[in-house]
Amino acid sequence: MFWRPEIYRHDEFSQGLRDFAPQAAGVGAWGLMTGVAMMNSGLSLTESLAMALLVFAGSSQLASMPLILAGAPWWVILATGFCVNLRFVVFSLHLRSYLMHLPRWRRLLHGYFTADIGYVLFVKRHPKPAQDDAHRLGQEAYLMGGNVLNWGSWLGASVVGVLLSNFIPPEWGLGFAGILCLLGILCSLATSRMRGVSALVAGLVGVLAYSLPLKLNIVLAIAVAVAVCMMLESAPPASPSVSRESPR
Amino acid sequence: MSGPILYETDLWTLGVVLGLTLVTVVSRSFFFISSRAWQLPHWAQRGLQYAPIAALAAVVVPEIVTQQGELVRTWQDARLYAAAVGVAVYFWRRSVLLTIALGMAAYLPLHIGLGW
Repeated sequence: MFWRPEIYRHDEFSQGLRDFAPQAAGVGAWGLMTGVAMMNSGLSLTESLAMALLVFAGSSQLASMPLILAGAPWWVILATGFCVNLRFVVFSLHLRSYLMHLPRWRRLLHGYFTADIGYVLFVKRHPKPAQDDAHRLGQEAYLMGGNVLNWGSWLGASVVGVLLSNFIPPEWGLGFAGILCLLGILCSLATSRMRGVSALVAGLVGVLAYSLPLKLNIVLAIAVAVAVCMMLESAPPASPSVSRESPR
Repeated sequence: MSGPILYETDLWTLGVVLGLTLVTVVSRSFFFISSRAWQLPHWAQRGLQYAPIAALAAVVVPEIVTQQGELVRTWQDARLYAAAVGVAVYFWRRSVLLTIALGMAAYLPLHIGLGW
């Protein structure tokens, strides 16, 4: 973990920090607004700080706040949080092959700290899991480097937002910086035409299915986009010549 | 800020916060909680390369083009211009930080100034 010298002295750890640094502003603005939103919704100072410090997941915090205040049954709140987090379940399937060599408690800690941007930057720099111990350590160090900064900027900004909640009206919409941050990362991932297709399909489905409960539109959008891309990928390339039998 | 409300909490709420923390751990670790070995099928590995960008698009696009679950029906929406500026800036300079900065520079005057 990050307190182990072989991790935090690793070149990949500082690389992870450097790659995450530009995103920290967006994460910070997002954390700030989540902190403001928690206080403005009526959670107490203790509860808002505990949320920011422990739950560490903006979308599930924002989704659960109204339910907590309405006194919804605890299992409804937790189920809602889980559904809003379903995209992380997809990420965990992807990260599995990078982490399985570690003992379970270290896997769980990495899982806990790996949010959207940490995951995206990680698989962007390391498209394939390492095959030997030295590279595995490097990948782990890179993941931790980004995640440490993600956690720090999220937490610091959330606390500032909680404390400043009386002075920053939510109507200013500073939280939109978080969306712009995700938008920039989205653009940086559009490295092939098929990935562009994936983004278009997912965006479309995400909007069309927006009325689904529990943010299930996000899960549906991922599933449809991945399925469409795989179907297009395995289709024989369109050729101007006479149609041939598919090799499959 | 009134005093009593500020620090007030109860065991139920703190329990729910702890539960949500567990939810974060479980959802983010879902497929590597168990130590049992199994291999992801090849087709799934291929499909996963499309998942990150799909997840981001599914989160981001509705935040830009919908209002209370409905597609926006007006051009007087600061988010549309900010997002357009953000995308253009990204492909111009390949910098996420500039995307955020110039996107917000387009967003704030329209949003706070004109109320879009």
